[in-house]
Amino acid sequence: MSWHKTWRKFVNYFMFSLTGLCALVTVGALFFILGYLLWHGGSSLSWAFLTHLPTPVGEPGGGMANAIVGSAKLLLLASLLGIPIGFMGGVYLAEFGGQAFSSVVRYTADLLNGVPSIVMGIFAYTVVVLPMKHFSTFAGGLALGVMMIPIAVRSTEEALRTVPVMLREGALALGASKWKTIATVVVPAARKGIITGIVLDVARVAGETAPLLFTAFSNRFWSPGWNQPTASLPVMVYTYAISPYDDWHRQAWAAGLVLLTLVLVANVAAKLSVSGRSAS
Amino acid sequence: MTSSDPGNATLLKPRSSPAQPLGGTAAADNVKMRVSGLDFYYGPKQSLFDISLHVHTNRITALIGPSGCGKSTFLRTLNRMYETVPHARAEGEILFDNEDLLTMDPVALRRRVGMVFQRPNPFPKSIFDNVAYGLRVNGTHRWSALQEKVEKSLRRAVLWDEVKDQLHKSAYALSGGQQQRLCIARALAVDPEVLLLDEPCSSLDPIATAKIEELLYSLQGQCTLIIVTHNMQQAARVADFTGFFLLGKLIEFNKTEIIFKTPAKKETEDYITGRFG
Repeated sequence: MSWHKTWRKFVNYFMFSLTGLCALVTVGALFFILGYLLWHGGSSLSWAFLTHLPTPVGEPGGGMANAIVGSAKLLLLASLLGIPIGFMGGVYLAEFGGQAFSSVVRYTADLLNGVPSIVMGIFAYTVVVLPMKHFSTFAGGLALGVMMIPIAVRSTEEALRTVPVMLREGALALGASKWKTIATVVVPAARKGIITGIVLDVARVAGETAPLLFTAFSNRFWSPGWNQPTASLPVMVYTYAISPYDDWHRQAWAAGLVLLTLVLVANVAAKLSVSGRSAS
Repeated sequence: MTSSDPGNATLLKPRSSPAQPLGGTAAADNVKMRVSGLDFYYGPKQSLFDISLHVHTNRITALIGPSGCGKSTFLRTLNRMYETVPHARAEGEILFDNEDLLTMDPVALRRRVGMVFQRPNPFPKSIFDNVAYGLRVNGTHRWSALQEKVEKSLRRAVLWDEVKDQLHKSAYALSGGQQQRLCIARALAVDPEVLLLDEPCSSLDPIATAKIEELLYSLQGQCTLIIVTHNMQQAARVADFTGFFLLGKLIEFNKTEIIFKTPAKKETEDYITGRFG
């Protein structure tokens, strides 16, 4: 009889360990990557790396200031395109949409989200690069911005749906029109979820390389304008990592470290800024 | 008190004249809302049948009846709040100061007919911003005017002394009873002609309930109040007029004293004496 009991205890213990192990792997993966980046890239990371232009092969020093600024410009363009469209679309789905049309929009957004990022690159290449006959920051921003839309739509919609009906009714009962209710009560009440969703969205496209390869392309120097090709951190990591030079490999690790740090800082900052004043 | 005819017979029998409202004894110019022949549907399901009654100006009207009898639905037709529910529709006539309430602009209507809900629903904003919300929506932005109005409304809702030093704290820091009084202050701030209260005390303890009742009593004469309640003692304590709803029909409507002491219908008497519901 006790054989059953032993077996049951064993299964219980085994499953407990297995699920615990999987949870540990999840947390561990982030710290492993961070540690590995620090190990390989930490030595190349310096003030000069953040503030100087790349140097030719063999010449020591040099940095990726142009790629950091380039990534920032690309993300700014992508946000200007993706956040308003995604946010408004999410408001429509949560507050105004009729049954049939909304489910079509929702399904389309999910499909758009599933489009491989390289295909987004081809799309921006066809729409912007081919007619203009050169690579540009605009083209890269467009590719990243379109990628941001579906996640912004869905996360905004989800956040708005968590706002209780009684808050909406409270505002309507005071003579607020529907859009005023949404703007002054519903959106502020869902602010935390909306901002978190959008920051995660920006963080996701910040690391995208494929859509930039033939849109923003790359640049060894400061990008002369929004209409010109620009360097970006992910493309720099890619170019430097496949090069045959040890010095460039180390710089690729350092660039990866900078990218990951920026994304983590943005994440934590967004979390802190919204949790501090959730109900005031 | 009444004849012992079987309750079901009177229940199913249509009233003789649907246009003749129950309890229409007061002079016509004292009537704020004149409801006649109101039917209400949620999709194909009819929830209110041929409701007719008069709501008297600056008096307290209580609506009582068992759960699901349609009293809340009726209340939500008076500020057209039912329109947030898809496929809900009202038929019949409601005159609000001789204007047709069912075809008015709902936003304009709700600025004149305020509502307090079953559970306190303050906005996730400061106490001050909660009370000022309706004023701002209605176009008041001058700081001194807002301040004056917020204080006056909080005083009317008997909440001022408890919150005057923490107006800029979150409304969520208040207790349930305080939150409900805040919601009343928020509704009063826009000076509504009519205030609808949908079981405002159902989530509150007896002490908080007593405070709200005192507050309602103090509003008498300033504002027309319509209160839906499960609590018959509450209706008897605060209301001038009482209507009894059953299965979507208004069984009886009269002065509170008459409803509770000498009801005309057997169903009313049965409900009030606790024989069902």
